[in-house]
Amino acid sequence: MDGLIGKRAVQFPDQEEWAALRARGAEARARALANLPDLLIRLEARCRANGMEVHWAETTEEANEEVLAILNRRGAKHVVKGKSMVSEEMHLNDFLESHGIESLESDLGEYIIQLDHETPSHIIMPAIHKNRKQIARLFGEKIRAAKYTEDVDELTGIARRVLRRKFEEADAGVSGVNFAVAETGTLFLIENEGNGRMSTHVPPVHIALMGIEKVLERLEDVPPLLTLLTRSATGQPISTYLNMITAPRSRDEKDGPREVHLVILDNARSRIYADPELRTTLRCIRCGACMNHCPVYTRVGGHAYDAVYPGPIGKILTPQVEGLAHRHDLTHASSLCGACVEVCPVQIPISSLLIRLRKEASSGGVVKGAGEGRTRAEAFTWAVWKRIHASPPAYRVVSWLATRLGRFVPAVGPLKAWTTVRTKPRFAHKTLHELTREEGVPDV
Amino acid sequence: MARPDSVYFFGTCLVDLFYPQAGLAAIRLIQREGVRVIFPQGQTCCGQPAFNSGYQDDARAVARKQIALFPGDLPIVVPSGSCAAMMRHHYPALFEGEADHAAAAAFASRICELTQFLTTLGIELRDRGEPVKVAWHASCHAMREMGVGDEPKSLVRQLSNVELLELSRERECCGFGGTFSVRYPEISAAMVSDKAADVVATGAQELLSADCGCLMNIAGALGAKGVPLRARHVAEFLWERTRER
Repeated sequence: MDGLIGKRAVQFPDQEEWAALRARGAEARARALANLPDLLIRLEARCRANGMEVHWAETTEEANEEVLAILNRRGAKHVVKGKSMVSEEMHLNDFLESHGIESLESDLGEYIIQLDHETPSHIIMPAIHKNRKQIARLFGEKIRAAKYTEDVDELTGIARRVLRRKFEEADAGVSGVNFAVAETGTLFLIENEGNGRMSTHVPPVHIALMGIEKVLERLEDVPPLLTLLTRSATGQPISTYLNMITAPRSRDEKDGPREVHLVILDNARSRIYADPELRTTLRCIRCGACMNHCPVYTRVGGHAYDAVYPGPIGKILTPQVEGLAHRHDLTHASSLCGACVEVCPVQIPISSLLIRLRKEASSGGVVKGAGEGRTRAEAFTWAVWKRIHASPPAYRVVSWLATRLGRFVPAVGPLKAWTTVRTKPRFAHKTLHELTREEGVPDV
Repeated sequence: MARPDSVYFFGTCLVDLFYPQAGLAAIRLIQREGVRVIFPQGQTCCGQPAFNSGYQDDARAVARKQIALFPGDLPIVVPSGSCAAMMRHHYPALFEGEADHAAAAAFASRICELTQFLTTLGIELRDRGEPVKVAWHASCHAMREMGVGDEPKSLVRQLSNVELLELSRERECCGFGGTFSVRYPEISAAMVSDKAADVVATGAQELLSADCGCLMNIAGALGAKGVPLRARHVAEFLWERTRER
């Protein structure tokens, strides 16, 4: 990830410009979320007036059914897809295939992992966990017409030839949405490969998928967020393609889809929206900078999180969507170093939210599964810790004992974990309390 | 900040139990500048371990005890960016809605990180030590929550016989993270092993930091590898090299 970290840094040479820009980005996202219900209604009305159809889905199951119904009405059997993390939430490809519909990923990274029956390990670079040779082998095995090559340009060419034919044959195209502007009913799709444009403009039907949080109030909110997104994500001043989709083809137009559908998915987001602090989670514009800069993500990789969204943003989003009972472990998989907070283009306080979710897991609250992360052993440990540290006489006794006898404590439990790659911490012979008394440092 | 006549010193629990010489050195550095240092003997811990683990009620009970021990309107100097950040930035939220919120917020506003405080005092250091090469580890909470920038390194650079070497990933976390290091020991181990290798690669004879959590972590990893490299709190280093013998 060093390359990406460097490329991003080059894009933000002026710290003042960065601070001002991210403040604008955060403000635009916060303002949109503050008026979310109203903006969604306005977005729906504008999109309908533009000639799109709008569908609402509370759950991923409902969203899948909406997509299937649209496809079935047209008798669609072949779908090409642009990259969409919402479709990953829905497990749309598996769902469509179980209904006899081919759903082919057309983003190169997504195409690669789909061939290998994998899930994305990064939200913008889904195949980042694979190297050139692995991809060469995969293409050699899975693509009949392809001769084995390890040349990157040739490999890209092979995928391009397969996909070109699929774009022409597809009955429908599915895409995600980066920003949906309520003021104009415009769907923004930001991409580098042109596959997004092909998926949304060549097939006769386009189905766009978005989470409810993707809405923006005004068109003028887009430019700061667009430049924050591309610079933060890949260190590009702007993406190769920027699609602004407002309507199906009109009567006098020769190309474009005949139908455009927008499926708006909740999937627990309205619950996150309901809490003002947790709501900041929904500001995310999916740039992936938090992952690239995370010392945990860069060491364990995206699949280790066993979640649609890996990395720091996934650590706060997944437990809120899936519940703390099963996923509060994710909130602890962080040293709270704050590297993600430092680079987040919309100022999501990820560290503070991790602490909030840890608190909800142990002590109850509003998040699904709140209180279900509490264990007796842990609660007891902190109760004892409190007894000692909230009582100066108790602390005096315990710290005296620790400095005299601590070195004889065997390396079991947490200390065993600590000493796998470290020496045992060595207690001092006397505490600072004792040394300051001996030195005559005043107490008041 | 106007130069105070007196300050409080909050030693932190890690310094108290593992690095008391660092705390004592910090106190002596401040005293040498003509500032009276008060060390309330009832102090224990800032509460961060429980706070970061999600046990806010326990953390608050401990925090409340600390606040009561520092009644005067004086700066409170802390030799750890992490503990300082806990008290400065997280106490107000921890006491939100509590009867003593105002007291907690007032206490929080008086918190100073040690190297920033020494810098505002305009401390001048005269090196009396042998030539030595040192590396600096910038701690996450000091940098990102307390806004510590060049202050500690500038203090070290005042020493004429000290060569300061840069880590290739100075801003990357060492993998301590309190309970993170024992909840996810493999990930933490990978992080600290990389950090230790980075330190060794500089060719430094000593590693300095202003945070004892990081120090214990990195020193432990260096020790386990059998690297003969000393790891010290910057206060202890500065004091030992500048004190009159």
